[in-house]
Amino acid sequence: MVSAKMDKSPADLLASPGLASLLKSLKLKTKQQELLIRVSILCLVYVLAFITRLFSVLRYESMIHEFDPYFNYRVTQYLTQKGFYEFWNWFDSESWYPLGRIIGGTLYPGLMVTAALIYWILRFLRFAVHIREVCVLTAPFFASNTTLVAYFFGKELWDSGAGLVAAALIAICPGYISRSVAGSYDNEGVAIFALLLTFYLFVKAVNTGSLAWALASAFGYFYMVSAWGGYVFIINLIPLYVLVLLITGRYSMRLYVAYNSMYVLGMLLAMQIRFVGFQHVQSGEHMAAMGVFFLMQVFYFLDWVKYLLNDPKKFHTFLRITVTSAVGLGVIALGVGTASGYISPWTGRFYSLLDPTYAKDHIPIIASVSEHQPTAWSSFMFDFHILLLLFPAGLYFCFKRLSDATIFIVMYGLTSMYFAGVMVRLILVATPAVCLISAIAVSATIKNLTQLVRAKSKPSPVGPGKGTSSTKASSKGSPDQSMPFQKNGAIALLLGVFYLLTRYAVHCTWVTSEAYSSPSIVLAARGAHGNRVIFDDYREAYFWLRQNTPPDAKVMSWWDYGYQITAMGNRTVIVDNNTWNNTHIATVGRAMSSYEDEAYEIMRSLDVDYVLVVFGGVTGYSSDDINKFLWMVRIGGGVFPVIKEPDYLVNGEYRVDKGAAPKMLNCLMYKLSYYRFGELTTEYGKPPGYDRARGVEIGNKDIKLEHLEEAFTTSNWIIRIYKVKPQIIGGDQLTLSLALRDYTCYGSAEFMA
Amino acid sequence: MKRNRFDLSLLFVFGFFMFFSTVCSDLVISKLDRRIDLTSQLVRTTVSLKVENNGGDAVSEILLPFPEHQARNLAFLSAMVSEGKDKTKGSSGSLPIEVANPKGKPPSLTWYSVSLPKELSKGGSLTLEVKAVFTHALRPFPEKISQADVQLVAFQDSAHYLSPYTVKVQSLIIKLPEPRVESYTKLENTKFSGTELKYGPYENLPPFSYTPIVVHYVSYKPFAVAQELVREIEISHWGNVQITENYNLVHAGAEITGEFSRLDYQARPHVRGASAFRNLVAKLPPRAHSIYYRDEIGNISTSNVWSDSAKTLLEIEPRYPMFGGWRTSFTIGYGLPLKDFLFQSEGKRFLNISFGCPMTDVVIENLIVKIVLPEGSKEISVSVPFPVKQSQEGAIDVDFRVFLFFVACIVYMHADFTISKSSPSYLAKLQWDEVQTAIQQFQNIMNRCLVVHDKLEASLRELSRTGDVQACKAARKAADSLLKELSKELKPLLSFLQSSPPAVQIMPKVEELVSKERELQEKLMLKHSTVVDSYEKKSGGRDIENRVAAVQQKITLLRQEVDDLLEVIDEI
Repeated sequence: MVSAKMDKSPADLLASPGLASLLKSLKLKTKQQELLIRVSILCLVYVLAFITRLFSVLRYESMIHEFDPYFNYRVTQYLTQKGFYEFWNWFDSESWYPLGRIIGGTLYPGLMVTAALIYWILRFLRFAVHIREVCVLTAPFFASNTTLVAYFFGKELWDSGAGLVAAALIAICPGYISRSVAGSYDNEGVAIFALLLTFYLFVKAVNTGSLAWALASAFGYFYMVSAWGGYVFIINLIPLYVLVLLITGRYSMRLYVAYNSMYVLGMLLAMQIRFVGFQHVQSGEHMAAMGVFFLMQVFYFLDWVKYLLNDPKKFHTFLRITVTSAVGLGVIALGVGTASGYISPWTGRFYSLLDPTYAKDHIPIIASVSEHQPTAWSSFMFDFHILLLLFPAGLYFCFKRLSDATIFIVMYGLTSMYFAGVMVRLILVATPAVCLISAIAVSATIKNLTQLVRAKSKPSPVGPGKGTSSTKASSKGSPDQSMPFQKNGAIALLLGVFYLLTRYAVHCTWVTSEAYSSPSIVLAARGAHGNRVIFDDYREAYFWLRQNTPPDAKVMSWWDYGYQITAMGNRTVIVDNNTWNNTHIATVGRAMSSYEDEAYEIMRSLDVDYVLVVFGGVTGYSSDDINKFLWMVRIGGGVFPVIKEPDYLVNGEYRVDKGAAPKMLNCLMYKLSYYRFGELTTEYGKPPGYDRARGVEIGNKDIKLEHLEEAFTTSNWIIRIYKVKPQIIGGDQLTLSLALRDYTCYGSAEFMA
Repeated sequence: MKRNRFDLSLLFVFGFFMFFSTVCSDLVISKLDRRIDLTSQLVRTTVSLKVENNGGDAVSEILLPFPEHQARNLAFLSAMVSEGKDKTKGSSGSLPIEVANPKGKPPSLTWYSVSLPKELSKGGSLTLEVKAVFTHALRPFPEKISQADVQLVAFQDSAHYLSPYTVKVQSLIIKLPEPRVESYTKLENTKFSGTELKYGPYENLPPFSYTPIVVHYVSYKPFAVAQELVREIEISHWGNVQITENYNLVHAGAEITGEFSRLDYQARPHVRGASAFRNLVAKLPPRAHSIYYRDEIGNISTSNVWSDSAKTLLEIEPRYPMFGGWRTSFTIGYGLPLKDFLFQSEGKRFLNISFGCPMTDVVIENLIVKIVLPEGSKEISVSVPFPVKQSQEGAIDVDFRVFLFFVACIVYMHADFTISKSSPSYLAKLQWDEVQTAIQQFQNIMNRCLVVHDKLEASLRELSRTGDVQACKAARKAADSLLKELSKELKPLLSFLQSSPPAVQIMPKVEELVSKERELQEKLMLKHSTVVDSYEKKSGGRDIENRVAAVQQKITLLRQEVDDLLEVIDEI
């Protein structure tokens, strides 16, 4: 179904130049027909973008996916129940026990407020929807809106044909779908829309020099800032773009108006977001924008002086003096600001974006997340498919017809491609640029080829209907006369292009349905008879926690599961996915990698009642805690030098079988994962205690727990929950709540989450 | 785990009731049989008492006292006159029961009075059948067990029937779910055999005799208790009734303590998890559609639906096995065709829909039924087949719904009937349950009869093959005794079915089946003896066939009819 629709849009595109030939006979009607076709294609693309993201709902159910979305969902629930002010002042004592977390001041509220607004509007219209449904469908809805923005952006960059192709490409591009399927209720869902909208409005402002567009772009920027930490990309890319324009001598009043108004208003608006605050004037990451802002003023001043002086020689000396002094002043100001501490230096997270190896050496907590790994080639191919080939072609077309707008998209494309190479998840940011540039390639190619096809019958296509066709004709002029089989060749090439686009549609649909529509909370596998087996262990465990533990119980787990435990289990957690306090996480990592009695001390100091571990040895589920364990060791060891990574390795090798390191075999994580596992036969023909996730027989089968007891294990053993026994002193049972250590805060912001 | 002997100190001593013994001595209970069924988490007691009036005045009501701890848990109480020697035969139907407050009676007892259909004159007698069901009357002891322990349950009552009247002869039979008893109070005339514990007969006991007994026994039955059930029945114009049920469930048996080991549970679920229950079955009306089963955090994928023309069975599994003390909550919802439940008469519409919970084996502590009527509903009245305690009607919400394309004012009528846990809401259901079990037993017996018939036929075939007359005769003898036993078993069942009102519709079929079966049996015997005779006389095979042919035809016919009847009953 999807591919059929995808076929349609290029086919219609073909029809729209085809229409030009009809122009001769039906002069008046053609424009209307063209408009009709364009609008209907756009509507189809809009619908397509929405429904292709519903695979997850059809395959599984209307539910929230992954980890972070659960936090967003919980916060949105709070917002809709308690109102905006309560939400703004919410101190959440259920996470980061015993520190707690000020929710209002540590999140980007854009997504939640958007969802709540949609919810309230629907409620006002008396549609009795559940907030969950709104949250599940927010991302697809915004993806649909993104296609509209892509259309207008493409139109602004090239022509309406490129806009339509861009809309169609971005509607089903896997790189974007991966973050915007129904249920993936994450900041990125609305942020990509806001990002593209801001860029579009800014380019529009630069093209027109209109104050209105510049202000609109500032508001777009405000929305982006409220939604996602990725706004830093905008606030650095736009100054960079302006700088490039200045260097290439494309400075104009339009640029001056667009940038200044966008920057000043955008900055003021962004300060209204509490989590961002004064960073625009205080943090190193935002200084480029400010520098360019002052540079613009210098340029303006120079322009004025040039106009006054009317003497190139004097002006050049003046120019030299002013520029050097301005740059000197700026450097001194930056130096003084940084030295005095007024301007904070770049954060590690920012460094890790520029330098792919930085995180690995300095911030293990970032490096431990799989989506922060450098991107493999295969995932580029997976997420972009033919766009990867069309991208350079598009760049070629852009360079061929250089304008302020195409320079922008080229810069956006190149920088975002670099970031996409640094981190897997940033493919998302590159996707709109790649789609737009590829759309230019597709549109230009098809347009050229169809002109060739029509050239035989009508030798000189004079297109009064479109302004762009004249430039097209000039670029296309040379091969027109020379090639003898050009018509057949063009037809063959056109067919080739359509074949490629069809493959793209098929690939996107397949990737969406197979790879990106799994909620990751519910695991599905194929049974022995080809039937679908569902592992719903996560929710089994969370619901057990919710129902069968005291309401004030504290659950310790690795931070990945923190958001889910608070949202679904409704219990207090020690650490969660908002990794704001590295020391706290390191403490948990230390507990997990210590011997049981040492870990018991740590757990008691944190008032832990239950410990939750994820274990895939029975089902062969590979992203479990044992496979993440080395990161716990590294993060724990980063703060507490007692924990040393080599203790857990044998000759640099990580093993869990008999040859494993003794510390490994007796640390808490190992014990909790494999407790009584040695008595279980997991696979026919294998000894008991055969770990299917790692394919070995475990090394320590006789595990005794002293301070903990098994409280619950899910039906496929994926989640195991242990109860921490109260301490026994002289026969009396009493729980000691030791004085809590002072934890130093480390790291300030969530990483673009 | 140390297992204490049951602590007697928790028992009540009712000695002081002896002082009131003289108050109502006009009536005498000449014979009293009491049966207590402990096979499920409900305690079902059936008391049949033969009352005689020895006093001067005619008596129109009979008092039934319950001690405090029983009255608190009383869920259902009914009394009816069972056919006695006088001509009250067939007057089935329960008698009106009211809470009484007789003067001069100990106030710590809760009194119910049964109004007799006609006054009991001097010297007259009648047999009364009183049924009572108690919830929460069983106490797990020890209260906390580990996963490997068996669940032990204590039940306390009196060996003697607590009555304001003198009881001449009485006996008590307690039926247990398993043939394992930890301990029981031993009095004189106490017998324990199989799964039955028998006390009595005791003779000539004065009024208010109370001898506490405690039975401490093994029970694997689930103690599924829904602390709250909210049923919402929403009627739509568009031909649908949407029912949403929110359950808040707890396993009220012995709480699990210590480790829960999945390994043990998976390896031997019936040993290391004997007291846990995995699933529940809801019996929904036929043609139920759009069934869903979910909880706060999403869909629960472990459920099954079977449906036929008479019912829809929904089997749901909670997310985890329910051990003692564990809780869960979930929602089930389904749609029903409106035309099955809505009837029209005299310009009014009637909704006839079941009130209670469709789950079997679940005790509901609080039931809230909300009925949402479509807009414009007027003159709402409710009739419930039993007295609804604390019923409050008519919290009428007016909700203005503005739709996108048209503006409509929709009135929601929420009629809330909150019933307390002790109210007799189980009436119909419990009786029907009993009838059903009786019918099942009946079917069982019938099937066994048919099996015996088949055996007889088989013996005849064997005879024709081997010619061993003696073996055939032995088979006949065995069959005879078996059939006799079965008919003996059948008798009490039939009399029970005759006496219980819900079985009225099924009774003719049952009786027909019994008579047909008898006939079949006779014919078969006839055939058997003829064949055996002929063999003894060494007649030829063709000859025998000729002699038997007529009978054989009849037998096939009867067999066919019996099978059909069995099927019909099965469907009911």
